[in-house]
Amino acid sequence: MAGNNDALPVRTGFLGWLNKRLPVDQFMRDQLTGYYAPKNFNFWYFFGVLSLVALVIQLVTGIFLTMHYKVGETTAFDSVQYIMREVPYGWLLRYMHSTGASAFFIVVYLHMFRAFLYGSYKGPRELLWLFGMAVYLALMAEAFMGYVLPWGNMSYWGAGVIVNIFGTIPVIGPGLVEWIRGDYGIADATLNRFFSLHVVAVPLVLLLLVALHLVALRHNGSNNPDGIEIKEKKGPDGNPLDGIPFHPYYTLKDLVGVGMFLMLFAIVMFFVPTFGGLFLEPANFEPANPVSTPDEIAPVWYFTPYYAILRAVPDQRLGALLMALSLIFFFLLPWLDRSPVKSWRYRPVRWRLALAIFVVSFIGLGYLGMQKPEGLYVLLARVFTTLYFAFFVLMPLYTRGESTSRVPERVTSHHD
Amino acid sequence: MQNRWMRIAITLAAGMLLGSGAALAAEEAGHEGAEQGVDWQEWKAGNEVSNNASLQRGAANFVNYCMGCHSLKYMRYQRMADDLNISTQQLQANLIPTGAKPTDYMLSSFPAADAETWFGRAPPDLSLVARSRGVDWVYRFLKGFYVDKTRPIGTNNLALEGAAMPAVLSDLEGVKAAVFAAAPAGHEGKMVERFESVAAGRLKPEEFDTFVRDTVNFLDYAADPSQVQRRGIGLWVVLFLLVFTAFAWLLKKEYWKDVH
Repeated sequence: MAGNNDALPVRTGFLGWLNKRLPVDQFMRDQLTGYYAPKNFNFWYFFGVLSLVALVIQLVTGIFLTMHYKVGETTAFDSVQYIMREVPYGWLLRYMHSTGASAFFIVVYLHMFRAFLYGSYKGPRELLWLFGMAVYLALMAEAFMGYVLPWGNMSYWGAGVIVNIFGTIPVIGPGLVEWIRGDYGIADATLNRFFSLHVVAVPLVLLLLVALHLVALRHNGSNNPDGIEIKEKKGPDGNPLDGIPFHPYYTLKDLVGVGMFLMLFAIVMFFVPTFGGLFLEPANFEPANPVSTPDEIAPVWYFTPYYAILRAVPDQRLGALLMALSLIFFFLLPWLDRSPVKSWRYRPVRWRLALAIFVVSFIGLGYLGMQKPEGLYVLLARVFTTLYFAFFVLMPLYTRGESTSRVPERVTSHHD
Repeated sequence: MQNRWMRIAITLAAGMLLGSGAALAAEEAGHEGAEQGVDWQEWKAGNEVSNNASLQRGAANFVNYCMGCHSLKYMRYQRMADDLNISTQQLQANLIPTGAKPTDYMLSSFPAADAETWFGRAPPDLSLVARSRGVDWVYRFLKGFYVDKTRPIGTNNLALEGAAMPAVLSDLEGVKAAVFAAAPAGHEGKMVERFESVAAGRLKPEEFDTFVRDTVNFLDYAADPSQVQRRGIGLWVVLFLLVFTAFAWLLKKEYWKDVH
């Protein structure tokens, strides 16, 4: 087996010339053939590479959409229909991009859940987690501004609701909102700057953060379902006993995962691109209309948990504060969780129950964020919001000195 | 061990969701029993975009009955003819207004300013109505006209209260009055006990139903003209990915044989 300590191949001719100037062979060895990843990755470990696939889909389709989209309050909506009807395979580009946005969030949420399951955010991977969370925030900004671009009625009113959240900040709020919009209401100026941010600024930030996320990942190596450090047990060749070279083992395994992902992606994109109004909302097939409010202003599904938290309290400022906190707590996770053990496999019922309650609350809030806030729904939203915060706030208490079971020395051959 | 715990966690999660679902269902059950009479809110378009004959009839219906006032501003005559297998000759003879070119967009010649003066609002463009409102809504709207003396145009609509549009299909459907029942508290929309015929139309009820269904079908097509082609391509793409993934899996299995 190839290892990180293996000598590089002796090259002559063009490859020799090239490697003298660019460390191609060295990079391949260090990052692919000689990079050892734990051999016990399961299903949950597909979602990292799938996030990367989703990112590439969005970048490539986005470039082609930008060739035909015409920013501006009088042209944006029509140009999207122009793409859907008159640009050859424009409908494919558009549906790939809109389905890709939702797919991106699906895989990112599952990727994050994996970190919860196996304690991937714990030392020495705290920075890896923070970069990942920064990617998530940038992705939210990217998705929100992208949603405004078709200039449908939900784009328009949704933009108004989200931008106004910044207005609840004391003192600077009202001025800040005006600064963001570039006008006294959501208008042409807002659309133009969101376009600029969506196609240039945020993608650059995203790429930088993804690069940092990957560098931090490769520096310490991946965690695994047993939550043990494979580098602590090395064989005589200096390679981890429980590790296997990333290439060809994981490149091939990931290829299977990517194939399955693309299959599900294609089924949605070709047969149910609106996904029953979840991925593309009916109200957004009407052009932006400042005098006609949609029946119910609701963000796309991936924002609804936070939207439900925002609406759970009657006071708008408190709601906005809670919403901000609900995101900030994710960043604090590595320091809130005091358990010495990473993987849930070796953690007590108390932790598993807390995690289950959190997941139910998050999904519950996601559902409630799509419904009208009335009757039982208001109560449920408050219960789930309380549970959501309890999970984080009480974490130092219920994880300190928890009775863990014995963590094995080597990875188990389990495949969940 | 962990499988058992996973099951318990999932059961717990499902239980909590089901519990809240059951509570909500119980709350809604109150409305169910009171439902009687004409359940117009349950009317479904039931159209098939793959039925080309229906689309062709729908196109003719639209051009003859709707396009006097409503446009399909994103749709070209030629595109429609290509998609629905309508020959250029048929297109020229039956579907294009005099003076229009096949490459023109399907625009109504009704001046918006006049429309606004006469009806209070300009008739909306219908390119995307099947997507923004849904095909079932369009179907309910087209079949939901009833006599209402309190309205300036003499009719009202079940699906769109106070609709500015007159019952332009009454020549085909006939004129009907609606007998309303008292709606139970918390119930949205009007409760119709029965319809009464005021004047008969040229079509039998089932013929009119087909007329409306075809028209809705055409609007469904017009809202997303690539949808038939999309599903055709999709099938091949999914089949390819199936084969690709199968081979990728076999390759992975071969390589992973020596991993223990």
